Amino acid sequence: MTDVVRLEYRNVTMRFSESGGRGALTAVQGVSFSVRDGEVVALIGPSGCGKSTLLNIGSGLTPPSQGSAFVDGERVEGPNAQVAFMLQKDLLLPWRTVAENVTFGVEIQGVPRAERRARAQALLSNFNLAEFSNHYPHQLSGGMRQRVALARTLAVDPHVLLLDEPFSALDAQTRMVLQRDLAQTLKKAHKTALLITHDLAEAVTLSDRVLVMSRRPGTIVDEIAIELPQRDDPIARRREPKVNDYIARLMDRLDITHAALERQPAGDAA
Amino acid sequence: MSGTARSALVRNGTAASAALLIVFLAAWQWGPGLFGVPSFIVPPLSMVASEFLHAWQFDHLMMHTGVTAAEVLAGFILGSLLGALVGYLLGMSPVAEFALSPYILALQIAPKVAFAPLFILWMGFTVYPKILVAILIVFFPVMVNVLTAIRGIDPDLVNLARAFKATRAQIFWKIEFPASMPPLFAGLRIGATLAVVGVVVGELVGGNRGLGYLLTFGEGQANTPLVFVSIVMLTVVGGIAYLAVIVIERRLLHYLPARSVGGDL
Repeated sequence: MTDVVRLEYRNVTMRFSESGGRGALTAVQGVSFSVRDGEVVALIGPSGCGKSTLLNIGSGLTPPSQGSAFVDGERVEGPNAQVAFMLQKDLLLPWRTVAENVTFGVEIQGVPRAERRARAQALLSNFNLAEFSNHYPHQLSGGMRQRVALARTLAVDPHVLLLDEPFSALDAQTRMVLQRDLAQTLKKAHKTALLITHDLAEAVTLSDRVLVMSRRPGTIVDEIAIELPQRDDPIARRREPKVNDYIARLMDRLDITHAALERQPAGDAA
Repeated sequence: MSGTARSALVRNGTAASAALLIVFLAAWQWGPGLFGVPSFIVPPLSMVASEFLHAWQFDHLMMHTGVTAAEVLAGFILGSLLGALVGYLLGMSPVAEFALSPYILALQIAPKVAFAPLFILWMGFTVYPKILVAILIVFFPVMVNVLTAIRGIDPDLVNLARAFKATRAQIFWKIEFPASMPPLFAGLRIGATLAVVGVVVGELVGGNRGLGYLLTFGEGQANTPLVFVSIVMLTVVGGIAYLAVIVIERRLLHYLPARSVGGDL
């Protein structure tokens, strides 16, 4: 980790006009934070607090109402090659083979075919998927599909990864294995990542720092540095007794005991 | 379903289908006589078969079948292309869809076969009015399916491509077009059978060629077996069109689980 800032949000506010035209809904309000080179920052908060909105702003898909996001010091004006995102949905294209799905991004960016193939093979063997490179997505398990999605995200060789609950649709064991794969890859490739998650243990075991957001309109209400060894091995990290202290602190900050009694919104609108 | 269970299903199903066919043909042959139905109402199978040979030799049955098949093919291909094209254009332009939807709906509700006499007034007793009815009738299922497919694409999928800096053309060719293939083929399957309906109605209304004409010719002569022969040949033409679509569909959509392509046929 160096002190170079890779990703920065400067006073970002996002308002949506409500359906029916009655006023505006403020999803996030004056959010500022930065992620240094090689750092993994987790972002947690209640449903609908605008976590995913921040991800869309960072990847250049939606412009913020106020403020700006910066990647490598440059203001984000639209999608750019330094940032890649990964969602809970694997978004694999059913008509493409595993290898073709991995190279989807580089194909769009015009990387020559031979190099695309080489990159796909390298990534797939890295994730133990080499023998499946000519399979179609429907032939894979959920965990394998999500691993292919991660390979597709890495294939464009981004500086910054934006991860929106990437493992929340998987069963607990598969999730732990994929968390470890992700942690090792991030460390080895020295990638910077912003990880949005609902899973407090995931936030603590995978990151260097956890940001806590408030309910809508979302603002950053706390920042907790995770002082644990082995960021590249969340399974080992999970055994550290201090993990529970961090989780307890996050539960307090999120006011979990009260929030659980409230009715959750139907979907994460943000 | 496992491979062996599936092959057992295919084996048993095929045997049952074949048995049903034999029962049906036997009922056709001996049923009318058994129940005292006169042969000018329901001619037995053997009478229809000999009429088939007679029509082949003396009534240009193959020529009429060929004309109808060619009209079906032309109407189906042109109607599908037009339907797909309009479907893609409307799918990519919500404004155009909003503006045009009442007219499209009206045209969709209007019974397309009712246009047949009008087209014959315009174009005479040629093959063109028949093809035009087929185009009109094939157009809608194809267009609606393509439009719905484009509308139903996961916006996150488009965002994924956008995040990789895809151009509008790349989004179409790499996401929207391939994603529309399964619904497009569902529309084509419906279109293949409807094309026959469109062509036959056109031929019934006017002209002196095609199976629809042969049908009215047989009716005029009270030649019930010839009417049956025409119906059988029309079914054959429609069946071949439908099967051709399924064969192409299975080739192109090979990436989908086997059971979800081309129904159970």
